[in-house]
Amino acid sequence: MATVETKALRKEFTGHTAVDGVDLAIREGEFLVLLGPSGCGKTTLLRMIAGLETQTSGDILIGGKVVNELPPRTRKIAMVFQSYALYPHLSVAKNIAFPLKAQGAPRESIAGEVERAAKMFGIERLLQRKPRQLSGGERQRVALARAVVRHPDVFLLDEPLSNLDAKLRTLARDELKQFQRRLGTTTLYVTHDQVEAMGLGDRIAVMSGGKVRQLGPPQEVYDDPADTFVAGFLGSPPMNLVTVDGVLVGFRPEQLLPVSAASAEAATVPMRFAVERVEHLGAGRLLYGTLPDYAPTEKVIVSLAYTVHSSIEAGHTYEFRVHQSNLKFFDPTTGLRVPSRALPARKSA
Amino acid sequence: MADPRKVAGGVVNFGVIAAFTAFASFPFAWMLITTFKQTRDLLDPSHNPFIYTAPPTLEHLRVLFQDTLFLHWVVNTLFVGVVVVIITLLLAVPAGYSLARLTGSAGEKLGIGIFLTYLVPPTILFIPLSRLVAMLGLQDSLWALVLVYPSFTVPFCTWLLMGFFKVIPKDVEEAAMIDGHSRFGAFLRVILPMSVAGLLTTVIFSFTLVMQEFVYGLTFITTSKNLTLSVGVPTFLVRGDVYFWGSLMGACFLASVPIAFLYNLFVDRFIAGFTVGAVKG
Amino acid sequence: MTAPALARPRFRERAAGVTDSASWLGRLMLAPAVLYIVLVVAVPFLMAIGYSFSTVTIGTSTPRFVGLENFRSALEDTAFLKALGNTAIFAVVSQTLVIVLASILAIALQRKFRGKWLVRMLILLPWVAPISLGSIGWLWIFDPVYSVINWTLRHVGLFGPDTWPIWLGQPKLAMASIIGVHVWRTMPLATIISLGGLSSIPQDIHDAAEVDGAGFFRHLFVITLPLVLPILLVAVLFGLVFSITDMIVVYVLTRGGPFDSTQVLASLAFFKSIDGGDLSGGAAVALFLLPVLAVCAVLLLRLARRSEVV
Repeated sequence: MATVETKALRKEFTGHTAVDGVDLAIREGEFLVLLGPSGCGKTTLLRMIAGLETQTSGDILIGGKVVNELPPRTRKIAMVFQSYALYPHLSVAKNIAFPLKAQGAPRESIAGEVERAAKMFGIERLLQRKPRQLSGGERQRVALARAVVRHPDVFLLDEPLSNLDAKLRTLARDELKQFQRRLGTTTLYVTHDQVEAMGLGDRIAVMSGGKVRQLGPPQEVYDDPADTFVAGFLGSPPMNLVTVDGVLVGFRPEQLLPVSAASAEAATVPMRFAVERVEHLGAGRLLYGTLPDYAPTEKVIVSLAYTVHSSIEAGHTYEFRVHQSNLKFFDPTTGLRVPSRALPARKSA
Repeated sequence: MADPRKVAGGVVNFGVIAAFTAFASFPFAWMLITTFKQTRDLLDPSHNPFIYTAPPTLEHLRVLFQDTLFLHWVVNTLFVGVVVVIITLLLAVPAGYSLARLTGSAGEKLGIGIFLTYLVPPTILFIPLSRLVAMLGLQDSLWALVLVYPSFTVPFCTWLLMGFFKVIPKDVEEAAMIDGHSRFGAFLRVILPMSVAGLLTTVIFSFTLVMQEFVYGLTFITTSKNLTLSVGVPTFLVRGDVYFWGSLMGACFLASVPIAFLYNLFVDRFIAGFTVGAVKG
Repeated sequence: MTAPALARPRFRERAAGVTDSASWLGRLMLAPAVLYIVLVVAVPFLMAIGYSFSTVTIGTSTPRFVGLENFRSALEDTAFLKALGNTAIFAVVSQTLVIVLASILAIALQRKFRGKWLVRMLILLPWVAPISLGSIGWLWIFDPVYSVINWTLRHVGLFGPDTWPIWLGQPKLAMASIIGVHVWRTMPLATIISLGGLSSIPQDIHDAAEVDGAGFFRHLFVITLPLVLPILLVAVLFGLVFSITDMIVVYVLTRGGPFDSTQVLASLAFFKSIDGGDLSGGAAVALFLLPVLAVCAVLLLRLARRSEVV
């Protein structure tokens, strides 16, 4: 168990900066998620912390000790790869035992440790099989078992759920978080899936273009985005951003509600919503349309939960309301968040 | 900053590569040096073989080109090479495609069978084949070689092309068929243009195999003017016990290095085709 | 508001023919190659078998069936037995050396460096160059008077005034020289193929081994080499086939001498038929190559199938 810190960490490849000055401080026992689209630098950052890539400049500290020059095997870390990287020619038992053998653990203890790790993930009966005989979910557990067996100080996980069937993913996510809670090991997790990030992370670092745009607990990153990138990346469908009087106004699809469903508080802003198309998704509805009073040419999506019973039809305009506090304002040129202000009330045309 | 172990590793690595490269290419470097050495310098055991004690000369090359049948052999080899490559393409390309796409598991087995014929050595076949050649009246003619050489280029290239064609996604052909082509039309108009790399590799490899062949060339052709390079150089540039080393080495160098250059351009594709074909069966 | 009617493309109506049917087209496209192979490989192969069971010389036109006589007399001929032994020794020793050398070289070549293209071309030279021409080059290198090897080693001080090995003149040395030339010639193919095999190992596996703590040797012997081995073995089997069936190196360098010490089955078959005029005897000798080739072929196929390790 240890803290992980990076200070002004940079990685440049010829012609392109993958990681552009990242300062990160991961607390002991924390589950930190690096979230971002492909190419944002999250995997490169992870690999530098692992020691698989050498940083161009900056420092990496594990447990308070500078590890910049140290090879991966001395950093007391374990890594789970997106492809699981199981050794195809070794049995599951030998795969799990490999790190112990490599570090010269006493031979008598190895079998016991392998059993313990296998039991933790329920794969004891698979020990003599080879990776190619396992399902995706089973391989993932083997990769996890191999990671825990050395009692590392830090877990590094590179999109370990992305190769699983969508149905398995939610369950696997739950198991993963439970196991991390139980072990209490500091964990750094890379993903491009914002749902996964919200579900797993104690804190999320949203990355883009090699920089961390925002670092904070999931609800904060969701409710209080630091810029339009974060606002747009989290949430599905993404936050609506419309230009009103030279400023970007954002609100989430579930935050614009029909009058009948909105709470009748004073701090709501009325907005008429012209519905162009309705999608019935089972658990709710998605409404595609525009705000004729504020941004008649920009597409806006509204998400109505199952519990909202208002009748909505395409081709009609309805009275909707949104809480003042749910409106976030951004500078149109920089994308950065600016202080909230009052939206001018519009009279219907 | 530099880790001494990493530096040492790098030096060892470089040393290994340098040693092997020297081992592989030394005979050719040696051929090159010898070609330009004057005979009196060459045949003096007290002289350092690596330096030109007497100034380098073009005499051996002149002799090679003007006083020997070398140029005839070059023309012969090129002729046989080009014709055999054409025949090989005509036979192996459709066969490779057929085995890759059109014949299912029976095709797999047949493909393996065809490949295995490549392993039947010329030392078994040359006896009956020389009878065949005599029966057809082709003895001492380059056409005998043209007839017989595809016996090793076709099996090998069919297998190679099978590997190449297998990797092309089926949807491309299916799209072409929906768009109005017959299967064969899809093959001609869509697959072949996409396989240019594979076809070129086949060309280079067959040509190399032709250039290397020795046994058939030695047994079927007797008149020195009709020989190919591979046979003519070692047999006719030698008068009894006297080897004309300068010209001999020049001939060897000229007949080896250019084709190696071409081969190097295409060997990546060969490996890709080879490992695909071998591993996926 | 109606959009203007698009001209409907005419679908060409042609009767479905051979060019559409997968199975007929398949057979048609395969036929020329198969026909050729049957005529030029299978038939002569059967003829060779026929010759080995009869008496055929360069002069005769009517062969006589003699059963296993040719094979029996071959097995009693000391020259044949020596050739059989030599073939085995040359093939096994050379390919063992090739496995070791090719893996070392392939691993060394993994590293990125400039000029790789040139290095690869130089390393390929022995394989691509016509066998007879490469052998002539070695003939000059092994020359009894002018050998550059001897000159260099004497000059560097490793050879004393009495040491002047006649590489192709002394039986043991001649065998070593032939083996050396076989290694020289087949190593490039094995190396290039192993390189292909090495690069097919996903980088993730190497990374995982590094993170798991494997040092250089463990990484090499427990992870890398086992994963390359199947492909390497396929390459070596090819090399075995080529060195077992080769007569060119022997023909050019030693003609089988000195005193038959470098004679191999392939060259013996050749000399028997061409110099001796005994076509049946030659065919019989050559056919002894078959069982070995068959075994190699089966092993090759099995290994290639099993190498789907991932």
